[in-house]
Amino acid sequence: MAGEPTASDTPWLDKDAEPLIRIKGITKKFGEFIAVNNVDLDIYQGELFCLLGGSGCGKTTLLRMLAGFETPSSGTIVIDGADMSQVPPYERPTNMMFQSYALFPHMSVEKNVAFGLKQDKVPNDEIADRVDDILKLVELQDFKARKPQQLSGGQRQRVALARALVKKPKVLLLDEPLAALDKKLREHTQFELANIQEQVGITFVVVTHDQEEAMTLSSRIAVMDKGEFVQIGTPTEIYEFPETRFVADFIGSANIFEGEIVEDGADHVRVSTSLGEIYIDHGQSTKMGSRVWAAIRPEKIHLSKKAPTKSGPNQAAGKVDDIGYLGNSSIYKIRLDTGQIVDVTSPNQIRPKSRTHGITWEDTVYLNWEPSSAMLLNK
Amino acid sequence: MYGKRSRFLTIMLVVGMAFFYVPMILLVIYSFNYSRIVPVWGGWSTRWYGVLFESEEVWSAVGLSLEIAVLNATFATLLGTLAGLAMVRFGRFKGRTLFGGMLVAPLVMPEVITGLSLLVMFITLKQLVGWPAERGFTTITIAHITFSLAYVAVIIQARLTGMGQTLEEAALDLGAKPFRVLTAITIPRLAPGMVAGWLLAFTLSLDDLVIASFVTGPGANTLPILIFSRIRLGLRPDINALATIIILFVAVCVAIAALIMFQQQRRAMRDEQIANREVA
Repeated sequence: MAGEPTASDTPWLDKDAEPLIRIKGITKKFGEFIAVNNVDLDIYQGELFCLLGGSGCGKTTLLRMLAGFETPSSGTIVIDGADMSQVPPYERPTNMMFQSYALFPHMSVEKNVAFGLKQDKVPNDEIADRVDDILKLVELQDFKARKPQQLSGGQRQRVALARALVKKPKVLLLDEPLAALDKKLREHTQFELANIQEQVGITFVVVTHDQEEAMTLSSRIAVMDKGEFVQIGTPTEIYEFPETRFVADFIGSANIFEGEIVEDGADHVRVSTSLGEIYIDHGQSTKMGSRVWAAIRPEKIHLSKKAPTKSGPNQAAGKVDDIGYLGNSSIYKIRLDTGQIVDVTSPNQIRPKSRTHGITWEDTVYLNWEPSSAMLLNK
Repeated sequence: MYGKRSRFLTIMLVVGMAFFYVPMILLVIYSFNYSRIVPVWGGWSTRWYGVLFESEEVWSAVGLSLEIAVLNATFATLLGTLAGLAMVRFGRFKGRTLFGGMLVAPLVMPEVITGLSLLVMFITLKQLVGWPAERGFTTITIAHITFSLAYVAVIIQARLTGMGQTLEEAALDLGAKPFRVLTAITIPRLAPGMVAGWLLAFTLSLDDLVIASFVTGPGANTLPILIFSRIRLGLRPDINALATIIILFVAVCVAIAALIMFQQQRRAMRDEQIANREVA
């Protein structure tokens, strides 16, 4: 769907590729509560895979099952060809970076990083070399003697990453790796994390609730809800081709309108909704008269004070109900005649000449969007 | 308005402090009384300290009490830590509720009941297996461990719960086997709790009169038993001197503890400063 895939970049499209992690029919129950419900997932070597979902969706439980801290109620996890069900955490080819970092407070940075290698009885001089190398990678070579309490949040995060990476695991599991950092540092670290992953070539599985983080980091994202995968795909697929209303609404924001198919052509679809008629310029596998939802992203709607010259599909009119000025862009809440509110975001590309906006409260505005913009959802 | 309130607070402070400290100050003053009869002032003197230092009975009681206290604190800390670990880290095992209940029973049980039941047990044991042949050092130590370990277990449980399990999981994840996790992560992290538990068990043992009275035998007098038996025959100036020495000892210990805490606080503050310096 997105660009021309090559086999090495998109192993999930290659039917013969052997996955590094194969999750089959995994269910985890805590008493009566089903945290993870019969999920299947293949993750391939070199991927940066994100498990994305709100709190309580089961993403962390799934990660902890990969690490071996939770035992699945049923199903199997195979990592690099070996069944993990009887393997304790300390013998798994995985390492984990904890949300709280879990650095040992009574050990120096160096001892923290060396801890894993010591358990494997690696010779002392090799430990020293590997610790040096990994601390160089995360740019902490000057902080070896510090205790974790003497480090800033960002430095602690890098120690945690180094400690988990130094053992060269087959899979690195990251539980909300950036959640504890402030916004500026988080944005910077996102790219750094992706760079490091590329350098070391280790498969990353990241749990996050932050959709922006998932979008920037991942090769693929699995969106989770109530213990199940709702959709698995690349960031572009998830954003531009959501399969359900949940995904469309959870990733970014979307204006969703219920409607009915009134024309179903090979290369186009017409949907009648409360927003008026929506024309979509590509075919969809739907039936005439079936109930569907059309979703339009706020940034894909054009806003104009000028009335359209001709009537037709993909346009609407309303009054400005509210404006959220974000600096680089503005969010407009447009109230339609039907009383519905439509969100529109538009970049502030032109600096206003005066201190008042071009479009202001209670202005009558006209909306229109491209025939390709609306997304048709069956559930 | 503000001045009035402040005066009220000052008065309450003085009254409160007096409530705590006047008895002790009186005790200290009377320990320097020359007179043999405590309430009669006979001028300043260190006479009773001399008498005290020559009394073999007092020194043997001090020795016995310290020996029991150290042994008790050590075993209670060991067993209490294991019990705490079992309660918090071993999930649900069979009999956990019963175990937890029995563990805290000495905390809620009246001391006389604990003392009595232990005495009954020792007597029964002697009849059945001939051990302990004589009541005294051994029986008091066992009795003290029984109730002190409950306190230690409570401290350890609280600390374990507060610590969470993440660090242990991290160690497991890095390849440490469970026993290694215990020695490399859990025990060092528990150390402050264990020290606190040890000190508490030590104090409890040193302090105990009731349970020791039940399970002691002829000739084995701990310090509280000695003091109490002497006081029963009337106030005695040499006991005042002994009490003054104990107060001094405790005060020094508390001062040292406060100093250590102050230094830890300073270190934490310094760490934070170091951490913040590089952020910019």
